[in-house]
Amino acid sequence: MPKREDIRKILLIGSGPIVIGQACEFDYSGTQACKALRELGYKVVLVNSNPATIMTDPEMADVTYIEPLTADVLEMIIKKERPDAMLPTMGGQTALNLAVELSESGILAKYGVELIGAKLHAIKKAEDRELFKEAMRRIGIEVPRSAAVTSMEEGLEAIEYVRFPAILRPAFTLGGTGGAVAYNMEEYRDLLEKALKLSPVSQVLVEESVLGWKEYELEVMRDGKDNVVIICSIENFDPMGVHTGDSITVAPAQTLTDKEYQRMRDAAIAVIREIGVDTGGSNIQFALNPADGRMVVIEMNPRVSRSSALASKATGFPIAKIAAKLAVGLTLDEIPNDITRETPASFEPTIDYVVTKVPRFAFEKFPEADPTLTTQMKSVGEVMSIGRTFKESLHKAIRSLEIDSYGFEERDADTDLIRSKLKTPNSERLWYIAEALRQGMSIKEIHELTWIDPWFLNNIREIVRFEESIKRDLNPHNPDTGLLRKAKSLGFSDRRIAELIGITEKEVRDIRHTKGLRGVYKMVDTCAAEFEAYTPYMYSTYEQPVYKIRSQEGPPKNHGFFGPEESGVRGQEIVECEANPSARKKIMILGSGPNRIGQGIEFDYCCVHAVYALRELGYETIMVNCNPETVSTDYDTADRLYFEPLTLEDVLNIIEVEKPEGVIVQFGGQTPLKLAVPLEQEGVTILGTPPDAIDRAEDRRRFKELLHKLDLKQPESGTAMSEEEAIRVASEIGYPVMVRPSYVLGGRAMEIVYDEDSLREYMGRAVKASPEHPVLIDKYLVDATEVDVDAVSDGETVIIGGVMEHIEEAGIHSGDSACSIPPHSLPDEVVEEIKRQARALAMELGVVGLMNVQFAVKSQESGVRSQELKAFEIYILEVNPRASRTIPYVSKAIGVPLAKVAAKVMAGIKLRDLGLASDPVVRHVAVKEAVFPFDRFPGVDTILGPEMKSTGEVMGIDMDFGLAYAKAEASAKNQIPLSGKVFISVRDEDKRYVPEIARAFIEHGLGVVATRGTAAYLKERGIDVEVTNKLKEGRPNVVDLIKNQEISFIINTIESARARKDSYYIRHSALQYRVPYTTTITGARAVARALKGLKEKRYTIKPLQEYHLHN
Amino acid sequence: MKKALLVLQDGLVFEGESFGAEGETIGEVVFNTSMTGYQEILTDPSYKGQIVTMTYTQMGNYGVNEEDIESAGGPKVEGFVVKEYLPYHSNWRSDGSLGNYLKQHGIVAIQGIDTRALTRHIRDHGAQMGIISTEDLEPESLFEKVRNHPGIGGVDLVRFVSTDRRYNWSEGVWRWRGKGGSGQQPAGDEQSEPPSGTHKPEPYYKIVVYDFGVKFSILRNLAEAGFDITVVPAKTPAEAVLDMGPDGILFSNGPGDPEAVTYAIENAKRLIGKRPLFGICLGHQILGLALGGRTYKLKFGHHGGNHPVMYLPTEEVEITSQNHNYCVDIGSLGDQVRLTHRNLYDGTEEGMEHVELPLFSVQHHPEAGPGPNDARHIFIKFREMIEEAKGV
Repeated sequence: MPKREDIRKILLIGSGPIVIGQACEFDYSGTQACKALRELGYKVVLVNSNPATIMTDPEMADVTYIEPLTADVLEMIIKKERPDAMLPTMGGQTALNLAVELSESGILAKYGVELIGAKLHAIKKAEDRELFKEAMRRIGIEVPRSAAVTSMEEGLEAIEYVRFPAILRPAFTLGGTGGAVAYNMEEYRDLLEKALKLSPVSQVLVEESVLGWKEYELEVMRDGKDNVVIICSIENFDPMGVHTGDSITVAPAQTLTDKEYQRMRDAAIAVIREIGVDTGGSNIQFALNPADGRMVVIEMNPRVSRSSALASKATGFPIAKIAAKLAVGLTLDEIPNDITRETPASFEPTIDYVVTKVPRFAFEKFPEADPTLTTQMKSVGEVMSIGRTFKESLHKAIRSLEIDSYGFEERDADTDLIRSKLKTPNSERLWYIAEALRQGMSIKEIHELTWIDPWFLNNIREIVRFEESIKRDLNPHNPDTGLLRKAKSLGFSDRRIAELIGITEKEVRDIRHTKGLRGVYKMVDTCAAEFEAYTPYMYSTYEQPVYKIRSQEGPPKNHGFFGPEESGVRGQEIVECEANPSARKKIMILGSGPNRIGQGIEFDYCCVHAVYALRELGYETIMVNCNPETVSTDYDTADRLYFEPLTLEDVLNIIEVEKPEGVIVQFGGQTPLKLAVPLEQEGVTILGTPPDAIDRAEDRRRFKELLHKLDLKQPESGTAMSEEEAIRVASEIGYPVMVRPSYVLGGRAMEIVYDEDSLREYMGRAVKASPEHPVLIDKYLVDATEVDVDAVSDGETVIIGGVMEHIEEAGIHSGDSACSIPPHSLPDEVVEEIKRQARALAMELGVVGLMNVQFAVKSQESGVRSQELKAFEIYILEVNPRASRTIPYVSKAIGVPLAKVAAKVMAGIKLRDLGLASDPVVRHVAVKEAVFPFDRFPGVDTILGPEMKSTGEVMGIDMDFGLAYAKAEASAKNQIPLSGKVFISVRDEDKRYVPEIARAFIEHGLGVVATRGTAAYLKERGIDVEVTNKLKEGRPNVVDLIKNQEISFIINTIESARARKDSYYIRHSALQYRVPYTTTITGARAVARALKGLKEKRYTIKPLQEYHLHN
Repeated sequence: MKKALLVLQDGLVFEGESFGAEGETIGEVVFNTSMTGYQEILTDPSYKGQIVTMTYTQMGNYGVNEEDIESAGGPKVEGFVVKEYLPYHSNWRSDGSLGNYLKQHGIVAIQGIDTRALTRHIRDHGAQMGIISTEDLEPESLFEKVRNHPGIGGVDLVRFVSTDRRYNWSEGVWRWRGKGGSGQQPAGDEQSEPPSGTHKPEPYYKIVVYDFGVKFSILRNLAEAGFDITVVPAKTPAEAVLDMGPDGILFSNGPGDPEAVTYAIENAKRLIGKRPLFGICLGHQILGLALGGRTYKLKFGHHGGNHPVMYLPTEEVEITSQNHNYCVDIGSLGDQVRLTHRNLYDGTEEGMEHVELPLFSVQHHPEAGPGPNDARHIFIKFREMIEEAKGV
C-alpha cells in the first residue's frame, strides 16, 4: 500500500527525561521516526521536555517544542499546530499514557487528530491487566493465574484457583515493595494479612508464581496488510523474578528447539493480532516452565521499547524507523532493507553471532537502597556486545560495563557468602557463579540456587576451566599460539590473560602481535551472510585462519579470498576480516559506553554531533560504542560503526585496522577521556585539547599552580593520605569541608562534613585513603551560588556558550541542581567577570574544543545584596577541558550547536570561519531541572548533596524566569502548586528566609502549614500559619495531611545526618503520595517566583525554531 | 578434541575439530541460515548428498530428542559443519547430546572453523563439493579426492532415501501441555489440558504420498488436515497408485537434481488430470518437468527459515522454510499454469497452479520443520481442492 496522502502533519511525542526504565532508547526511536516520516514528505511536530536529545535538535523535526509533556500543554500545541495524526508509540510509556489521556478526554477527537501506530482500544487491551487476560483467553494462550483481592475472604477464595506457590503484591507501594511468595496456606494467610496492610488502598494481587521459569521476549512487527514478522528472539540469563531490564539477556534464544520456538512465534503473532496493534512494533514476554515447557505470556508492550532498541542493534533491523513508515500506510514488502539494499523489510533477520546485554547499576550512589534485583527495574544503563559465541560475547560485555572488570575475576568469598550471592539476585551474581565453579560447586547446585539455565552455567564453567589452562600452560617466554588463539576466541581480554599469568597487559599485546594474533571484524548484516551487506556495522572476533591449496594442474577456477598472484602449493593462512577500510580522510569518535549516573545521554548527544560536524567537513566518521540504547550506535549515524567495548585493547585494535587521522575523546565523558593518555602513548593522535591540559586541570598541584598564575581564587584545600592527615587538614581549613576520593565522576562518594566525628566516620566508611589515591579536602562555601560555564575555544578565540546560574546552592552536585540561562539573580558585572576568568582559563590551558568551568560566587556581606562586583568573591571549583553534561541544554538554550562547533574546531577550523564572533545573547530564559530515581529506591533519602543522584534532566523555556522554572518543574513532575497548602519544615539557619517565602505563597492564595517551631517563628512575624503535629506528636499529623491530599507542596530543609532521620518520614511520604517538594531554600524561592509567574500569566508555547529565529 | 579438516573443491582448507563420527565424507557444501532446528535439518532427506553448514554459531544447545526427527533412521546429511558445538545441552525434552547422536549414526562433523568465511565463500562462488575427514589429515590428499569427485548434478539421489515399502501414516502435529500452541488447538477449559504428544485426527479423505524423501512434518500436517495417508515408494507406477483409489496425490520433497528422477517425471505425466495433485519442493519441480517445463540450478540454493514469499493473488507475505538448490522456470510452462508465489528475496518463482486442472505446487516448505508455520494453511487448500474436485 502506498503511503497515506490524507495526513500531512504528524505529532510525535518524546519520552521526556531519562529515568530508570526509560532512557535514551526513546531518543533513538524518536530520531529514527522523525527522519523516516520527513523522508516520506510528512511535516513532523515534535514535543519532548528533554533537551539532551538528538530528536529535539531544531533540524530534526519541522517544528520542535521543548515543553512539559502534560495533557494541557499538548492541547495547546495541538490547537496551534492542528496535526492530522499523532504517533504515540515512539516515546515509551510516557507518550502512550498521554495518548490515552488525550483520547479519553476527547481532545484528539475535538481537533480531529487520528492516533496512528496503535489505537486507543489496542493500547488499553495491552495495558489493562483484566482486558489483557480476557484477550489471551479468547485466543487460547495462557497467562499466569491471578486475582486482585481486597480482603482475607477474597484472598482465600482466590488461592483455590491461583494455587501455590503464589506471589502476593500489595498495590501502590513505593517501588513495588512488600511482595512475597507463599508456599502453603499458613504462610499465605500470614503474608496476605501483612500485604493488605502495606497497600495504601488495601489491594493485593495474588498471582501464580512463575519465579525461576525461563524468560523470553519476542520483538514483533505488523503492517497494515496484516503481515507479521519476528525481528528477534531474546532469552534471559536471569530467570523470571528479575525485571527484564535488570536481567542479562541473550539473542537469539539459545535453549529452545525449533518446535518450541515456533510455538512461541505463533503465539506472539496471535497476540499482536488479537490486541490489535495495527502497525508497528511490539514486545511480547513469555515465561516457560523448565520442567515441562508450559508457556504463559507475561505482558505485551504495544510500542517500541528498550528491547526493540536492543533488537534493532542486535540484528541490524531498524524497528523504529520501519514502524514509523508502517504507521503511515507503507507495508513491510514495500520498504527495502537498508543493509542488503536488494531485499525487502518483510523478512525475519537471522544472525550468525551471539548478542549479550548486561545491565549497569548505580547502587554505589544509593548505599541505603536494597541492591536485590526484583521485578522492579533498578539498573540505570546497559551494554551490548557481539561475539561469535556466547562466551566471547559475555566476556566482551563484561569489559564494556566499565566497572573495572576485565573477565571473571576471583571473588574472596566462602561457601556461605557464595550461596547467598547466588540465591539472591544481585548485580555481581555473574562473578559469584564463576567463583562457585572455581571452588567446585556443581552446575546442579548452582542451578538450584539461581534457576539459571544449566546451558549458561556450563558456558561459564568452560571459561573458568580455560582460565586454569591459561595459568598452567601459557608460558610468556614461549607462548603456545594455539592456546592463546583459543583464549582470544573465547573472548578473554589481554588484561585478564595478563593477570592470570602475571605479566602486563602490554606484554600480552606484544606477544599477540608477534604471533600475528589480531582481532578481525565481521559484519552485522541481518542475513547471516546470505546476501551482500552495504552498511559497515562491525564487531570484532578472533577466528580460525583458512588457507588454500593450489591445483598442480593449471589455475584454480576462482579466487575466493585470495588473489590470483599467489603461488606455492599451500597458500598463506588468512583470517577473513570484513572491515575493508577506505582510503578516505577519517576521524574516529569514541562514545560514552553504558549510561550511568553522571554520564548519560548528554555525552551521546555530543558524540553524535561530532559525527555530523565531521561529516559536513568531508571526513569519514568512525564511531565506537557499546551502548545499544543510543543514537550513536545507529548504523545510520556514523559512516562506520564498531559495536565494541571501550577499552584500550579493543580501541587499539580498531585503530590498527582503520588507521584514522585522529581520535576524538573529548565528547564521551570519562570513558574515552581515560583512554586519552594511554592511546597517545601508543602513538595515536588525539584531536583537540592536548591530554596534558586534562592532566593540568585534574592534578591538584598543577591546577593550583595554574590558578595562581592567572591570579584566580579557589576554595582552600588540601589532600590527605590517611585519616589523621585528613583531620589535620580539615581543622586547618576549618569546617564544614567537602571530602572526596581523587579522580571521580559524578561526585561519587563526595560528602560535606561538618565536624571531626563525621570526618572520622567518612574516612572509615567511604574511602580507603592511600598514597596512590589520596582524599581531597576542600573548604565548603556555605550559602554560595554555583555557576557553570560552557565555552568553546579554537586556541585563539574563546566563545562563552552559556553562563548557568544554579538554583540550588553550591555543595549540591551541579548535575542535581536546577540552573538558569541567563543567570536569574547575579549582577551583570559578576557575570562578565566570570566570563573573563573562563576565557583566561581556556587560553592558558590551550583548549581546542569544549571546556566547562564551575564557579562558586559568595556575597561578602551576608544578608544585604549589593550589586557591585567587589561585594562578591568568585571561586573556581573545577575546570574540565571536555564536553560537559550541560552542552545539549546550553546548545538548545542559545540556539548554537556547541558540540558540533567544537568538533569542527578540533578538525582545524577557526571559530570566526564558523561565523561565531561573539558570545551568544538570549532574550528568553531556559531553566534546566534534574530528575531523580528516588521512587525506585525505597529507603533512600531525597535530600540533595555533593553526590550526584539524578538520572536525567528537562528544560523549561519561556520569556521570564518564573514561567521557565514552572515549566521545568512541570516537566520534572514536580508541579508548582497553584492552590492548597504548603507545608514548611526547615532547619534553624533557614528560618530567617521563610517569612518572605511564606508571604509569597499566601499572597497567591495558598495556605501555609508548619510544625510547631517553624509555625511559632512565622506567627511572631505576623504570618497566618496552620500548625500541625510532627509524626511523634500525635494525630492528625503531617503524614495524615499528606495522605488526605491536603498538602500540595512541601518545603523541607535539614542540617545534619541526625536531623535527616527525624524528618525522613516527611520526604518519604511526599514521594509515596507524589507531593511536589523541595529540600532547599533556594528551590523554595524559585518555586515562589514561578508561582508568581503562573498567577500573572499563563504558559505560552513556542517552538524552539522560533526562539532562535534571530540567530 | 580430535582434529578434522574440511577441504573444498576449489582448494580452500578449514582446520577444525571433529565432534561427530570418525571417518571421511564427501558432499556438496551448502549453508543453512536457520537459528533453530538442527535436528530437523540433519534428518531432512532432501539433504542427501550434501554437507550442511549452519550459519548460526551455537549448536547442540538443546540436545536431541526422539520427537523432532523428519525421517526414520537418523541423519540424512553427508556431513555437518558448525562454528561451535556445545557438548552440554539443556531442554526438558532432550534425551541426548548432538555429538553422540551424530556418532551413533556415523555422521562426520567438524566444529571450530570460521563458518562465516565459509558461507561468504559459498555465496560468492557457489555451492561446491567438499570433503570432511578425521582420518586423512593431509590437505593435499583430501584436495585430490574432492577434485576427482564427479559431484551430485544429474544423479538420482531419491533412490537412497525413498521408502522401499508402502506404509500408512496417521499422526498429527506435536502438542505440548498448555495452550500456547500453533493456534490450532481450540481454547477451552483450563482443567482439561491434554497430555503432551501427538494425536490421531479423524481422516476425511484418502491420499497417496509419493515418497521422494518425505519429511515427517509433511505427513503430520496432512494428517492434521484430515487425510488418511498412504506413503508409497518413489518408483511406484502411476497405475498402481490410481488402483489404490486415492482422492488426491502429493509429490513430496526430496534431494538433488529433479531431472535425474526420470521415473517420477513419467509417473507424474500419467497422473496429471487424473487426480488432484499437490507438489512440495522436489515434488513441485517434478510436476513442473512433467508439464513440459524446465528447471535450473541456483548458485547456492535457498536453505533457511526466513525467506519472505508473497502469495500473489492476495499479496500476503509469508515467512517460509526453504531448502532447495533447483528452481522451476515457470515461464517455460506457458499459459497452462499461473504463478502463485514469488520469493521476495531474489524474485525466484516459488509456486504455481494449473489454470484448468486440480494441481498446485510450491517450492518452499509449508510444513515448516524447521521454520515458521505461516504457510501451513496450504494443506487445508489441498483438502479444499480435493473437495472441489469431488464436488463436495
